[in-house]
Amino acid sequence: MLSKRVVACLDVRDGHLAKSVKFVNTQNIGDPVEKAREYYLDGLDELVFYDITASSDKRNIMLDVVESVASQVFIPLSVGGGIRSVADATDLRLAGAEKINVNSAAVARPDLINECSEAVGDQNIVLSMDVRRVQVSSEQPSGYEIVINGGRTPTGRDALDWALEGEKRGAGELVVNSIDADGTRDGYDIPLTSAIAEAVRIPVIASGGAGLPEHLHEVLTDGKADAALVASMVHYGDYRVSGLKQYLHEQGLKIRMSW
Amino acid sequence: MTLILDYDAGNLGSVKRACTEVGLNAEFSAHPDAVTQAERIIFPGVGAAGSAMRSLRERGLDTALKSAIAGGTPVLGICLGMQVSLDYSEENDTQTLGLIGGRVKRFQLNRPELKIPHMGWNEVRVKQSHPVLAGIEPGDEFYFVHGYFPATTAPEHALAVTDYEDDFTCALGKDNYIGTQFHPEKSGRVGLRLFENFARWDGVWRPDRASTQNGGDDNAE
Repeated sequence: MLSKRVVACLDVRDGHLAKSVKFVNTQNIGDPVEKAREYYLDGLDELVFYDITASSDKRNIMLDVVESVASQVFIPLSVGGGIRSVADATDLRLAGAEKINVNSAAVARPDLINECSEAVGDQNIVLSMDVRRVQVSSEQPSGYEIVINGGRTPTGRDALDWALEGEKRGAGELVVNSIDADGTRDGYDIPLTSAIAEAVRIPVIASGGAGLPEHLHEVLTDGKADAALVASMVHYGDYRVSGLKQYLHEQGLKIRMSW
Repeated sequence: MTLILDYDAGNLGSVKRACTEVGLNAEFSAHPDAVTQAERIIFPGVGAAGSAMRSLRERGLDTALKSAIAGGTPVLGICLGMQVSLDYSEENDTQTLGLIGGRVKRFQLNRPELKIPHMGWNEVRVKQSHPVLAGIEPGDEFYFVHGYFPATTAPEHALAVTDYEDDFTCALGKDNYIGTQFHPEKSGRVGLRLFENFARWDGVWRPDRASTQNGGDDNAE
């Protein structure tokens, strides 16, 4: 049986590790390469790097970060942020990224998902979606809307509908990130995660809101997620990856416990 | 020199980085002469079975690989590089190298919560001891990404199994050839150990049915 995964997300801005609260007020909190290595040695199952660099002239810094992490960290490495073309995806793959996350640019031009999955394989394309809670309406029947550009721009697009379209277009996995929960440490959005996980046949990584080990357990059971993404709770030293995994293991989940 | 067979300009950097990490000097090549002259060969395989076999044949690499294997060169196949060692793959209806009897089949799963591809960490249970698998303990997990699995008709070549609804063979061995369905280059410390073992392996292995009972190499570590 597959193990449930604990995934750590490192937001990288201009080559530094940053963490935001509700996608604003990003702070510089350290060296991404060092953190990646630390988590890897502590039993992390997968690493996600998100490039939140604002200016395009600094994008190449990210390739250096990925290359440097890939030579020290021997677990799957997933990279996203600002990917607009197959060429962006290919550059990152050559630098050492296993999986490529597409987000805003795929909402603007959904063919990007098809093109990337064709170029680097379905299983390596992750559709990362930022989602906020809205009133249930005919336009957003699930009560969740896709937002883009780091959570700043609403699109009117229904989140569940977009997840299904992404799967159909060849995404191999979904990251479902709740903007409402992001950085709050109050727990994942369980109804959102389970609604999407039950609707698709590809793995779902839950993101946004993790603050306590119980939150991971909840989203991996009630939330039906295949993986739980953590950030703040490990970046600031409140919890260790190994401690989270130990807790989930003790709760009876199938977790990789030797590394 | 260890050769990493790169017939399709694939994304094989992770395999090379894992080799570097364990001190194994490896170079990429897609030249048949390099294949027949290599000390050891790592054959990762990228893409789908049909296009992979086509690329191999166009470059004469299928013949070169077979002759290297016949000549005793230690070869490690990874994922698709393992799958093409069987006779046939359901993926793109493809005739493959035929080193080990059997077919590669698409997963047919009954439980709706199990997804295809089988992607993530799963336990590898060693059924026959093998120098390259030395040190894998019960409970050790490796990283998998695949929708097809090897169904060998030659159980003496099945080295290890993994459970995904049912057990499937996740490592195959025959003489100086060993192949894994999982990705040791993405499997942390236990994966790196496998590359270390391969770097030291003299290419000698014989099926040992007596060892299939306890599942593992007791001499390891």
